[in-house]
Amino acid sequence: MSQVLLIEDHQTVRDGLQLALTRQGHTVHAVGTGEQGLERLRAAPSDVVVLDLMLPGMDGFEVCRRIRQLGDLPIIMLTARNDDMDVVAGLEAGADDYVVKPVQARVLEARIRAVLRRTGGDSRRGGERAGLEQHGALTIDRAALVVSKDGTPVSLAPTELRLLLELSHTPGQVLSRQQLLEAVWEHGYLGDSRLVDACVQRVRAKIEADSSAPVFIQTVRGFGYRFGPL
Amino acid sequence: MTFWRSVAAQASSLRVRLLLAFALLGVTTTAVVASGSYFQARTVILQQAQDAAVMSLTDQLTKVYPIAQLPPTQNDLDLLAQRLSDREGFAVVIYRDMRAQGSQTPAPLSPELRAEVGDGQIAWQRVSQDGRPWLLIGTQLRLERPDGTAHPSGLEVYSVRDLVPEQQSIDQLATRAWWTGGLSLLLAVLLALLSARGVLRPVRDLGRAARRLGEGDLSTRLTVRGVDELADVARTFNDTAGTLERQVGELRRMESDARRFVADVSHELRTPLAAMTAVTDVLDEEAEHLPGDAGRAARLVSQETQNLTHLVNDLIEISRFDSGTARLALDDVDVGAAVTATLRIRGWTDRVRADLPPAVVARLDPRRLDVIVANLVGNAFRHGAEPVTVRVSADPDWVTIEVADQGPGLDPEVLPHVFDRFYKADTARTRSEGSGLGLAISWENARLHRHGERRGALVAGNAPGGGAVFTLRLPRETTDTGGAR
Repeated sequence: MSQVLLIEDHQTVRDGLQLALTRQGHTVHAVGTGEQGLERLRAAPSDVVVLDLMLPGMDGFEVCRRIRQLGDLPIIMLTARNDDMDVVAGLEAGADDYVVKPVQARVLEARIRAVLRRTGGDSRRGGERAGLEQHGALTIDRAALVVSKDGTPVSLAPTELRLLLELSHTPGQVLSRQQLLEAVWEHGYLGDSRLVDACVQRVRAKIEADSSAPVFIQTVRGFGYRFGPL
Repeated sequence: MTFWRSVAAQASSLRVRLLLAFALLGVTTTAVVASGSYFQARTVILQQAQDAAVMSLTDQLTKVYPIAQLPPTQNDLDLLAQRLSDREGFAVVIYRDMRAQGSQTPAPLSPELRAEVGDGQIAWQRVSQDGRPWLLIGTQLRLERPDGTAHPSGLEVYSVRDLVPEQQSIDQLATRAWWTGGLSLLLAVLLALLSARGVLRPVRDLGRAARRLGEGDLSTRLTVRGVDELADVARTFNDTAGTLERQVGELRRMESDARRFVADVSHELRTPLAAMTAVTDVLDEEAEHLPGDAGRAARLVSQETQNLTHLVNDLIEISRFDSGTARLALDDVDVGAAVTATLRIRGWTDRVRADLPPAVVARLDPRRLDVIVANLVGNAFRHGAEPVTVRVSADPDWVTIEVADQGPGLDPEVLPHVFDRFYKADTARTRSEGSGLGLAISWENARLHRHGERRGALVAGNAPGGGAVFTLRLPRETTDTGGAR
């Protein structure tokens, strides 16, 4: 079904997750260190990375940054502690989502499916409005899932792209963090709004001329985010 | 009323008492010494003046002796008076109705004096006339008969002396005595103030130190000065404070060790739990195909693994409050919408009567609000009776969320303990109903929200009409992101 790279140093946790995910139909390749994980990524393609943050040697944040440099592979963090600093640092390092250990296999599986949906073209939000959209210097091709700025394609990770598509689908309309969490991350319950904030920061860094004075994705204090008006 | 009470309080203060005692001592001593020496000196001065006057009169009388035959003429008397008068005084000579005087000054001769002199005695008297003090000495000249006996001649001689110089000396003495008294009083007051300071400063220091100790500053110590009783008190205070500090330190260390132990244990439990939790779904799926006991055992392990996970997660959450590492992730939240979401996610929307005014926006941590509301409503379902109501209200400073049920309410004995950790109101309650930490965590979550003096709170009570009511109050503007307790 999909190729999952699991990077987790604890043997039993690794075995347990591999067993459960394999039963769900994924092909799981499990390694114990970040170095092994990066090596594996260079050798064989994966669809998604499940990454423990507490790793011996190269830590999870560094691994996360290196994977981001390689491409837009979705990353789901496993945080051993529900440590807020870890979560924020992991999201800033480029992770798409996170789960807190101990985690039930079906919860992790649901998150994996959600990020994979963002990558694949199987549920293109706003796809009904095919064709090119022009928002100032920004060109959004909803059919090809390509965003260009001044004619140059912008490299966006799947979650970042999905967030931008969601916001630009209704320009000028405010979307709350919870709405975005449900639409983009498919979090059916009260999700962590920091996922949205971190992702917005990453998108702004890629499309805005000045991240501290954003034009495309604007913050509406007390409510959420809004695309434009330009 | 208040004024007099404050005066009374002042008078009873140690300082005033010391001051009064010293002043009284000073004044008494000075009064005794000064008045004693004044009166003594006055007597001496007057006595000397008197003796000198008597001597000089006797002396002069010897010079004018013997006198001419009796009765004398007026001329004789005048002459006699002239001769007996000198710089220091004048004389008055009287014979029956005749009278001669050596000065124009009227002599203040009293009838008593005249009577005494008339009896043949030497008499004296001090009188004051027109504000001037006078010394009067009188005697009667005696005549010697041919047979050698003497008999009074009826010729009275009075010496009238002005006592102004002596009076001046005495006045000077009195002035000096007043000055001495005043100075010694001043000295006494100064000494009293100094000694009051000496005594009161250590007492005040002691009071201040005791207050600081009471406020929790266990490192408070006094500087021990000298070897008196106050120094003893200071030393005892220091010893006591030292013991207290050691014991409290020991207790705190033990408490923090215990807390760290709980945190460490919880973290250590996470790894095996993570492995077990990962495969609970596998167990659940397989249990359907396993025969009899094996299937039941698999389901039991799966269920209890999940309960254990909840417990460990709650323990870690609690230990984060205890260690002060819990942080708020603040957001501007529409409280009504947040409560609606909490209810909807858990499928409670149809079971809860919600009174949610629109557009109550508060700055708070939505995840923690969700934890609190879910816990309160969940508790209401478990221990109370439906219908459960959730009511949101707000004023400019606070947002209040009330969760009420229609059950029997909380036992008054239970009420003070509902937020205690692992407190079980009903001993028959099984653990599967919760970790026993839910309300404790909710309480800590509420308190984590604070804005200056305003601090979030969660209180439990009973409605007048029956049923338990939990009231959550959060500041609308939270600035503190948690941490220090």
